[in-house]
Amino acid sequence: MMRLRTSTLPGWALVGAVAGTLVLAGAGVLVARAADPIRIGLGMALTGGLSANGKPALMAIRIWKDDVNKKGGLLGRPVELISYDDQTNPATVPGIYTKLLDVDKVDFVVSGYGTNLIAPLMPIAMERKLTIMGILGLANNEKYKYPNYFQIQPSGPDPEANWATGFFEIAARQNPKPQTIALIGADAEYPRHAIAGARELVKKFGFTAVYDKSYPPSTVDYTPIARAIKAVNPDIVFVASYPPDSVGMVRAAAEVGLQPKIFGGGMVGLQFTTVMTSLGPMLNGIVNYDFWAPEATMMFPGIKEFFAEYQKRAKEGGVDPLGYYLPPYAYSAVQILGLAIEGSKSLDQQKVADYIRSNEFSTIVGKVRFGANGEWAKSRVLQVQYQGIKGTDVEQFRVPGKKVVLYPEEFKSGNVIYPYSAAQK
Amino acid sequence: MKTRGALAVGVAVIGLGLALAGLGVNPYVYFAGYVVLQYVVIATAWNVLGGYAGYVNFGTPAFFALGAYTSIFLIEALRAPLPVLILSGGLVAALLGLGIGYLTLRLKGVFFSIATFALSVVLQTLIINWEYVGGAKGYTLIRPPVPFFRSWGVLLFTLMVALAVVTVLVARTIERSWIGRGLAALRDDEDAAECMGVPTLRLKLFATTLSGFFLGVAGAPFPYYVTYVEPSSAFDLNYAVNALAMPMIGGTTTWLGPVIGAVLLGTAQQVATVTISSELNLLIVGVVLVLFVVLAPEGLTGLVRKLRRR
Amino acid sequence: MISWDLVANAVVAGILLGGFYAAVSLGVSLTFGLLDVVNIAHPAFVILGAYAAYMMNSTLGLDPILTGVLFTPLFYAIGAGVYRIYYASFERRGEESLRGLVFFFGVLFIIEVALSLTYGVDYRLVEAVYIGKSIELGGIGIAFRLLVPCVVGLLMTLALYLFLSRTFYGRAVMGVSQDQVALRLMGADPVRIKTIAFGIGIAAASLSGALLITIAPVVPSTDRDYIGRVFAIAVLGGLGSIGGTLVASIILGVAESLMATLFGPSWSLAVSFGILLLALAVRPAGLFGR
Repeated sequence: MMRLRTSTLPGWALVGAVAGTLVLAGAGVLVARAADPIRIGLGMALTGGLSANGKPALMAIRIWKDDVNKKGGLLGRPVELISYDDQTNPATVPGIYTKLLDVDKVDFVVSGYGTNLIAPLMPIAMERKLTIMGILGLANNEKYKYPNYFQIQPSGPDPEANWATGFFEIAARQNPKPQTIALIGADAEYPRHAIAGARELVKKFGFTAVYDKSYPPSTVDYTPIARAIKAVNPDIVFVASYPPDSVGMVRAAAEVGLQPKIFGGGMVGLQFTTVMTSLGPMLNGIVNYDFWAPEATMMFPGIKEFFAEYQKRAKEGGVDPLGYYLPPYAYSAVQILGLAIEGSKSLDQQKVADYIRSNEFSTIVGKVRFGANGEWAKSRVLQVQYQGIKGTDVEQFRVPGKKVVLYPEEFKSGNVIYPYSAAQK
Repeated sequence: MKTRGALAVGVAVIGLGLALAGLGVNPYVYFAGYVVLQYVVIATAWNVLGGYAGYVNFGTPAFFALGAYTSIFLIEALRAPLPVLILSGGLVAALLGLGIGYLTLRLKGVFFSIATFALSVVLQTLIINWEYVGGAKGYTLIRPPVPFFRSWGVLLFTLMVALAVVTVLVARTIERSWIGRGLAALRDDEDAAECMGVPTLRLKLFATTLSGFFLGVAGAPFPYYVTYVEPSSAFDLNYAVNALAMPMIGGTTTWLGPVIGAVLLGTAQQVATVTISSELNLLIVGVVLVLFVVLAPEGLTGLVRKLRRR
Repeated sequence: MISWDLVANAVVAGILLGGFYAAVSLGVSLTFGLLDVVNIAHPAFVILGAYAAYMMNSTLGLDPILTGVLFTPLFYAIGAGVYRIYYASFERRGEESLRGLVFFFGVLFIIEVALSLTYGVDYRLVEAVYIGKSIELGGIGIAFRLLVPCVVGLLMTLALYLFLSRTFYGRAVMGVSQDQVALRLMGADPVRIKTIAFGIGIAAASLSGALLITIAPVVPSTDRDYIGRVFAIAVLGGLGSIGGTLVASIILGVAESLMATLFGPSWSLAVSFGILLLALAVRPAGLFGR
């Protein structure tokens, strides 16, 4: 009796599961046939480690969709967005994108946020010869060299090295020239790349590395690290870190009195409004990479309107209230896709890709042209210095002069205060 | 008779899988199906130790990732083919399983669970600092053109169907043999079992090794599935949670429990990922876990048994 | 070439960190060590406490640690409520350990989601006068951001120790894990005693959350970093031993700090857990185990 029961059950269970998935798939197909908008699909980190950036990015992409539809859509057809939460987990990406492509029948895909979540999308896109817009990936295409991949982060043709070039150029220009440097980074994907690039630059600019270490991202106390760096007394400290460790390093440096002549470089998180308002004056003097700052040199057409809309929606959405870091770039990524669809008058993946490859686009983050490996033809990683920050009021970050652009030359909005200690007064 | 019947069901399932693979249904089914089946393997493998022997392994991610990273190492070093990867991934993880088997000599209950968790952290740190397999940067695998099948999705799905069937058959065989009875005795009262002449250490070593083997097997094809492996996603806490929760939902005392649990919870998670797709996804998992352990403490199989008895 | 100045600083930093770790782990030592409840959601309650501190700090400008203290009664009540559910669902049926684990995982997820729905997923920090400042004592720098949590952690340890050893209820909690019948004969209801103890455990978690957000920024999923640490410390210290928890916390803190200063921080976490594995292999009951 018992035997019979157990041997029939698994069959049912499996049949049930298979039937369930088939029904689900079938339902998706039916929906896809019902209307004819242009569909753009993406997975985005709405939960998990990267969601603090993923949510604002999705919000920006939605703003673009509304902007486009207000103007009558693309090729006379409305645009529809389909997005899923990738949970900041690369293992969900293959499932999400096959669902988007095969069940939802999207016309174009855009990547999720970050290198880790772009990587699993690459082979899917290549197998199907898709055009993909990548949102902030570092060197994703180095191994694949897939021609129809484009990436909106302005890291430039040699992402690893270009990342910190500005920081090193600024350092090398000071008089007397600083000599020694300490490199410190988290044991994670982006910091490893950034540190690898920085090591090359150390050689190129003729500095001497006196400290080169990494730490696990879940470190709680950064004062021992700051103290160890202080003990070797470097002229420059280059940090490649994620938000919690960026905050930890900045505070620890203040506490142990780590005062190199230049401090910063590749800290992710200092760009976030909540972090800026909490650290306040502790930020003064730090030279760090950035993508956008409310400086006169960065006021590209359309960006004011974008921020007006974004900041309105951000209040309700509980995301970064200013949104200066990622949102305009997420917007530009889809903006370029839209311009290319209009420009090539086509929904054909190859034609759109060809158009993107051979044209320059005027976006809310300025003029964008793509080069080798789908990266920006010319790097535009900014180096900014935090200057004259008083207290922790959020309003001060809306006006120019607090995050002064030092590099590159054509966007420069002020001069570096050197050494670091001078800017802290 | 029993075993032959089970084998027949197993072959039928593989056949069904192959038919599904050949049918040309929507490719999404393969990708979602792969994940669900991967959890069938993980849950079943975990249950050999956790359900049968009562030792709660909290280091599932360590075994899974070890399988995945063994594959990466062999791909990088020897361009080894997939079958070799699966076997080696399993064997390396089995070695680790043997190691934790000796831990059971001294550690029981929650102590054992915490030790396996600690093992996972140590192993993750090793991988993070091992540049050859990508280190913290992660490893990008460029898949060669797919052999024999229409696409990698179909191949991996079929492979997972087969692996799941084999794992379940092995678990079922063990459960019904003297080994299974010995493990059950050990679970109920280890000292008493030892006194009765049950070779507890040998049984425990067998269970940890076998469980480790199949957890490694589940992880071995993972690099081909995601094509990009980095430590924090290979050592994801979700594997530990699911490995525990799925058998618990299905019922831990029979081989069927983890299968049902994995199919249900795995499918629910897949569906939720592409339907609800927000924080609510995790909320539902949380609520389901709480409700299940509170309302159906013996799992679904236990619930069904209870209902039938009435 | 090792500079003794650096070593001294690292040891001090490690002790400070250890005081904080003790605060985070005390609740586990109590609930897991004495009540045998595997509350894997403990770190989630820590984060919940951190958000309470953040909320009061950002709206009213209250000091995070003061908020932590003010909120302890509320969290005590939450903890007592959670234990009642746990008791009714598992302990009364005598099937706690494994299912309890899954139950608390569920609770952990629910708390994480509730937080991210309410406060979003941004990094949250607090402001307090002592953040970013430090004092120098004989060549050893001490950051207030770490000193204050350490002192609070030590006070919490002391308070819990006194509670357990000097008060009727405290002794009853110590007794509940050993002999429930004897406890009943003394006229104490074991369930009530356990409810009180669990409530205190969660209240300690919430207060340590206030310490956490003083030290570092917090997001709803930060709790996952602490699951391993708190249980490692509770086990290493010897289950249920409050003094042992403190010693284990300081050992881990100093080990992490020394590694970070002298050899490179990359291995510090692995070293901590390596110590745990070693300790478990040699002395499974922990340093000060029963």
